[in-house]
Amino acid sequence: MDAALECVLRQADNALVLGHRLSEWCGVGPVLEEDIALANTALDLIGQAKLWLEYAAEVQGAGRTADDLAFRRDVYDFKNALLVELPNGDFGQTLLREFFFDAFHLPWLQALTASPDARVAEVAAKSAKEAAYHLERSAETVIALGDGTDESHARMAAALAYLWPYTGELMVDDAVDLGQDAMPLPSSIRPAWDTTVNAVLAEAMLTRPDSDFAHTGGRSGVRHTEHLGHMLAQMQFLPRAYPTATW
Amino acid sequence: MVTPAPLTPDQVWAWLEDVPDPEIPVISVVDLGVIRGVDVDGWAVTVTITPTYSGCPAMGVIAMDIELALAKRGAQDVRIATQLAPPWTTDWMSPQGLAKLEGYGIAPPRAAGGPDRCPHCRSQDVERISQFGSTACKAQWRCRACLEPFDYFKCI
Ligand SMILES: [Zn+2]
Repeated sequence: MDAALECVLRQADNALVLGHRLSEWCGVGPVLEEDIALANTALDLIGQAKLWLEYAAEVQGAGRTADDLAFRRDVYDFKNALLVELPNGDFGQTLLREFFFDAFHLPWLQALTASPDARVAEVAAKSAKEAAYHLERSAETVIALGDGTDESHARMAAALAYLWPYTGELMVDDAVDLGQDAMPLPSSIRPAWDTTVNAVLAEAMLTRPDSDFAHTGGRSGVRHTEHLGHMLAQMQFLPRAYPTATW
Repeated sequence: MVTPAPLTPDQVWAWLEDVPDPEIPVISVVDLGVIRGVDVDGWAVTVTITPTYSGCPAMGVIAMDIELALAKRGAQDVRIATQLAPPWTTDWMSPQGLAKLEGYGIAPPRAAGGPDRCPHCRSQDVERISQFGSTACKAQWRCRACLEPFDYFKCI
């Protein structure tokens, strides 16, 4: 696959998969305000996914639509980082995953606004405004829960241990990143991510793990977790079962 | 038989002033700042709009409402174009739109990042409940004086 197309799909799939995961909270959030906040964040991300997928479909030039790309690709065609496909777990785990992603997403989108590809720069500029709100909220919530009760702290520490090995993939460069010039190298975001994450974890009374081991295989598509297939089965069921359905 | 005079962009802008935002009907789509251009060729019209938020579900309804409103006035071949850049900002909302928002009970956006007073009783003793609200463009706040919750239109 063309490296430029693959890079656009990576943006789209991160937003789509995380957006779908967050939408799973709709109607079951711990309190109404959080339920609404999760649904709104999901909506922003799914909107961003649509913008990226429309562009991916144009770059691909095979007559497919954004919907085709969202609903008619299989697990190994998805190019999202493993972090975003992990199950929601409890509310704290969901917000910590969101925070780790947001801490990458905002500086990444800001860097993309300088892309020589005008369309990439446009979509990034639009998305960055939304990502700034997401990061503000997920950081605040992580601090409130980490520095909260004994139970909320223990749950956040467990979520941290579980999620940490999945954060590194966001900022590991591979051949696709090196083979194109529309987007900067993901590794260039590492200093900004470290600064944000270190500050928030410290305020949340959580200890940053020592290990920098990173599970990979999501961005390349070669080794997704078992969870993505289950998620897609739900997300893609309707358009696959009823191909002519419209709404 | 009199041939109708060609349509002017000003006329179309005036008609658009009557198209309400589907979620906050007290302001128009012009007040909202989403209309980025009007091109007229005879009685054919192209209206360029920009989305407020990437996933805002109102954008489809706004496009349809504009088409219907202009068609009803006699415009033919109404086209809606979408433009992403520069991204929408609350700075593009009209001054009368901001005033109408407050009259409707929604605190208007402020660069400071929060409302300066309660839209109901005007007290400045307000606190944030949640960064997100009933739609993508709003946050939830509460007044400590009159105890009423209210929506704040986020500044982006
Ligand atoms: Zn009040």
